Amino acid sequence: MIGRIRSVVLVPLLSIVLALVAGGILMILTSPLVTGDLSLILPLEAYAAIVSGAFGSFDGVVRTLVNATPLLLAGLAVGIGFKAGLFNIGAQGQFLIGALASTAVALGISDGSPWVAIPVALLAGMVGGLIWGFVPGALKAYTGAHEVVTTIMLNYVALAVISWAVSGPMRGANVTFARTDDIVGAALPVLFGRDGHLGILLAAVAVPIAAWLLYRSTIGFEIRTTGANPDAARYAGMRPRVVIVFTMSLCGLFAGLAGATEILGEVGYMTASYSTGVGFDAIAVALLGRAHPVGILFAALLFGAMQAGAGNMQILAGLPVQMVDVLQAVILLFLTAEIVVRRIFRVRGETAEMVELASVSRSYGGERAA
Amino acid sequence: MTPEPAAPKTPLLEMRGITKRYPGVVANDGISLDLHAGEIHALLGENGAGKSTLMNVLYGLAAPDEGEILLNGESIQIASPHDAIERGISMVHQHFMLIPVLTVADNIVLGDEPMRNAVVLDQAASAKRIRDLGSSLGWDIEPDRKVGELSVGWQQRVEILKAIYRNAKVLVLDEPTSVLTPQETREIFGVLRRLKEEGYAIIFISHKLYEVLEIADRITVIRRGKVVGSRRPAETNEDELAEMMVGREVELTVDRGESHPSEPLLTVRDLAVRDDRGREVVHGVSFEIRAGEILGIAGVAGNGQDELVGALTGLRRPHGGTVTLGSLDVTGADPRTLHKLGVGYVPGDRQRYGLVMSFPVSDNLVLNDYYHPPYAHGLIRDDAAVQADAVAAIAKYDVRCPSSVVAAETLSGGNQQKLIVAREFEGEVRLLILDQPTRGLDVGSIEFIHRQAIAKRDTGVALLLVSAELDEVLELSDRIGVMYRGRIVEFLDGRTADREDVGLLMATGGRESGIQEQIVEAAS
Amino acid sequence: MEALYDIPVIGLVIQFVAYVVAQFPLVAPIIVAAAVPIVFGALCGFMNERSGVVNIGIEGMMLIAAFAAWWAASLAAQAIPATPGPFGITPALLIGLVAGILAACLTSVLHAWLSISLRADQIISGTIINLFAFGITGYLNILVSQSAPPAGGQFARILLPGSITELPVIGLVLKSFISVGPIALTMLISVVVLQYLLYRSRWGLRTRAVGEHPRAAETVGIDVIRLRYRNVILGGVFAGLAGAYLTIEFGNAFQSGMTNGRGFIALAALIFGRWTPLGSFGAALLFAASVGLERSIRIAPPTGSLGDLLTAIPSQFYGALPYIITIVVLAGVVGRSVAPAADGRPYQRESKAA
Repeated sequence: MIGRIRSVVLVPLLSIVLALVAGGILMILTSPLVTGDLSLILPLEAYAAIVSGAFGSFDGVVRTLVNATPLLLAGLAVGIGFKAGLFNIGAQGQFLIGALASTAVALGISDGSPWVAIPVALLAGMVGGLIWGFVPGALKAYTGAHEVVTTIMLNYVALAVISWAVSGPMRGANVTFARTDDIVGAALPVLFGRDGHLGILLAAVAVPIAAWLLYRSTIGFEIRTTGANPDAARYAGMRPRVVIVFTMSLCGLFAGLAGATEILGEVGYMTASYSTGVGFDAIAVALLGRAHPVGILFAALLFGAMQAGAGNMQILAGLPVQMVDVLQAVILLFLTAEIVVRRIFRVRGETAEMVELASVSRSYGGERAA
Repeated sequence: MTPEPAAPKTPLLEMRGITKRYPGVVANDGISLDLHAGEIHALLGENGAGKSTLMNVLYGLAAPDEGEILLNGESIQIASPHDAIERGISMVHQHFMLIPVLTVADNIVLGDEPMRNAVVLDQAASAKRIRDLGSSLGWDIEPDRKVGELSVGWQQRVEILKAIYRNAKVLVLDEPTSVLTPQETREIFGVLRRLKEEGYAIIFISHKLYEVLEIADRITVIRRGKVVGSRRPAETNEDELAEMMVGREVELTVDRGESHPSEPLLTVRDLAVRDDRGREVVHGVSFEIRAGEILGIAGVAGNGQDELVGALTGLRRPHGGTVTLGSLDVTGADPRTLHKLGVGYVPGDRQRYGLVMSFPVSDNLVLNDYYHPPYAHGLIRDDAAVQADAVAAIAKYDVRCPSSVVAAETLSGGNQQKLIVAREFEGEVRLLILDQPTRGLDVGSIEFIHRQAIAKRDTGVALLLVSAELDEVLELSDRIGVMYRGRIVEFLDGRTADREDVGLLMATGGRESGIQEQIVEAAS
Repeated sequence: MEALYDIPVIGLVIQFVAYVVAQFPLVAPIIVAAAVPIVFGALCGFMNERSGVVNIGIEGMMLIAAFAAWWAASLAAQAIPATPGPFGITPALLIGLVAGILAACLTSVLHAWLSISLRADQIISGTIINLFAFGITGYLNILVSQSAPPAGGQFARILLPGSITELPVIGLVLKSFISVGPIALTMLISVVVLQYLLYRSRWGLRTRAVGEHPRAAETVGIDVIRLRYRNVILGGVFAGLAGAYLTIEFGNAFQSGMTNGRGFIALAALIFGRWTPLGSFGAALLFAASVGLERSIRIAPPTGSLGDLLTAIPSQFYGALPYIITIVVLAGVVGRSVAPAADGRPYQRESKAA
């Protein structure tokens, strides 16, 4: 048992370590642009600032959890897709549409009781995201159009839809620039700290639900079989087409929920140019967590911490917050180049491989599902 | 029979003490082999014995751990196919190394292309060279046809041309006759004898005893990575070779005994099926299988068998005709419905259609039934029930694996197939469809599966066997249907069917023999 | 003609066609300019995928090249001021061009290493490149922009003499396609050259073989790994040209994320164009046409009932049009357009097989 955990966790952990080292080298190389001259201790300052920002205070920890919430939900949106052999890069668009839908509904029922408004608004977010996941899923299942390209296109379309909606029908009453009114009735209550909102609980609950779904239910068995071997799945009587559409819709639902909790719990309104990087960070979270709900949980916490501390890093060490994006990419790089990690740290043995990835690339050329 | 050489001469090619290890297995263990110009030396062994590995070493596709290779007495290094080709060693692979979307010319000259200048190909020169080469062997080759459009027999010819296009001295042929009819095999043998007379040194790899006895000057038998012995054809016979191959006395064929068929179970009428490109490749096939009998479909690969099987197993919708199981119309039914009605299917490509390689053995065993009790209640799976039944099935079908939770990919080919058999042969199965059920398996597994099939027949199950191995069809089938260009051209009784006749039907569809009969009749 | 316009639905279609034809001279150069990065991106994808390597990191490569070209040109212009020659060439711009190409090639080396040598999943590899590109260019852009560096310059288009551009149809075609900057001109030449080489050269034959059946190619002595590496890195050149085009020819500034999905539209163009350079060129023009349409409606909207209809549609729709068209095209075309058979499958040499 220990051996199994070790084989699954060790390489990701070591990848993170290596990435921090590589990131540190990058910081040193660019330190002249930051501080004026070469600074060998810049990485230490930066990392220390991140850690203190994320964990150094109760507020920091809450910040970490708040940041981790959409990452976790969106990470599940990507990870569940992976299990079915689908690469859901569209978590970004599904997130945005979910945010928009929940905002629209929340504004519409702003005088209701929170007990009604909140679930309804969250539901709207889930439905919005579901639709945005359903479309590429159906396209993939029935035309073979690979979800990698169609979902990215839909991400851009989502931005356009938000721009139109918020500048037009959803524009607030007395606003000086394109934004909606504040959400009142459906705002998620703060449970602890300054910002720790209900969404955190929702995300925490989503993990066991997703794990149960994937590993204990017949639906999960079908999802995983379709991802591991769509041909055998067909012959076993499963219908990969249906599985693909269902899974993409489910992913959209999770990502839509992520968007909804973010707006209803964190931001409180939408602007015409609203955008976040959550959808893309979610990809990194899903890969780092090896598409397993528990792994995704830890990966989301890590990235949430990095984001929570990034502001501190900018203030104390002067580094732009984008450095965190770079670090995330480098972590993934080492994770993918795990053979390098193994050689450096002399790790032997097999890692738990993500078999479903073979299906992702193989269907690229347009094999239609059956 | 070739006369003994007057004086011993240095062999053209010698492989000495070749040892090649892979994790967990010694594929080649100190193998030594020599080859003279103008001889055909056969390498005989069952699947998995190490023949292919040895040839991969010779061709530069694998590096030996020990041993050396000598060409004309000189020790040489072969690090890649490029080196092998430079040394004059050419290989005709068992699974054709042809690129379907490229032309015949492209495929043959690839790697050694005639050029008009440093960058541009000289396609006219390629075409001419290929036509000349082809006619030197008596073939009328069209250099501009796409290889994907050619029949299997013609693709084989392109493979051979590819091998002799480069100035080869040594030709290695890996199971060249596995996809050919008996008539095509005879033709290829004629070509090989001609090449032998031109001075080629030929290594002929096979597991078919009678062929090897017919064509080879010398036969070396390999078993489990070691050389068991060498013989000249005149000095030996099939039984001795078989025993050398397997290490014990082998029953070359299983006695299937008498069949006692009862009422018709599967009735197929005028079935028409299209392939992936929309062309009709099954034209109005009709047949019937009764409970308690085995119908074997013989035929060269690519005559519509895959699509026929697809239509019968629910993976493909027929666009004409009917399929009836018992009294129920199941035309176009999906796999799950068929399974519920008692249809089992052992697919030809086990890794692609039969198993999920990364899943545990236990999950693979419930691939068809995971969704209903006892394996699941509603949406919730019952893993304990799955495991319990898996353990029982593994024991019953002698599947060698450390436990029921190891991944299917860790099992050997033979055990993977037994796993599939364990799944499909159980339950209330009424009709079993077996597609190339023993391809690539060792003799022991082949025997096991053949026995299981006959046992099932004797309990009243109807079996449909589709196999490109004519011998397998002849051995197991109570009735034989020959498939040619999408039609079943004739049905024969399994007890009286003659190998040559079936082969002729496979190759020509029977028109030739039909015409001959008319000529004979007219003459008398 | 006016009477035709009044027919209910068909009338609108006729109006639309008339509008497009009338606007063409205005819009054609816009379309060609918008097509350049897409075509180059598709050529990068072509070099990769014809060899059997999926590359969805084209977007990231373009972005890195765009930033590198801009920054290098800016630094060089400050160090080596010069007056622009023909095409607006200055040493600074050339340095920028080289920097952009180099940056994209280095990124391609990374993709090649991950996909070919490490046999990692190729879509993951491409995604990592995209994420990394966004991060690093955003990071460096902020740092570099703190000191408000001046623009490095911009390649200019060649101006054909009036006597040529005035010619009836040919004049317009020449003006749109030849009266462009050097990088855009390179695009046209590249398409023609690569199309020819694909079917008539030894490189083309071997590349196609490796992309379809690498094992077969290996057995005739072709070094599959080396061929793939070379093609992927050469593909980087085209991604570099695409990125450099954005910041030193089409425009002269860098913004975070400025590629805006062009790298992915390029992939769709490649698929639509059946993995050929000429086909991708045509497909790219189609996608670029939607950009042209958007610009045209904004600058010179049509009159009459068509104008009412088109201006009533929100502007964001036209902005989203290239992406929507991409989806529609993919849905209709993929599955009918067959990828190289070995596309996306990592290749393992038998000789090193375990």
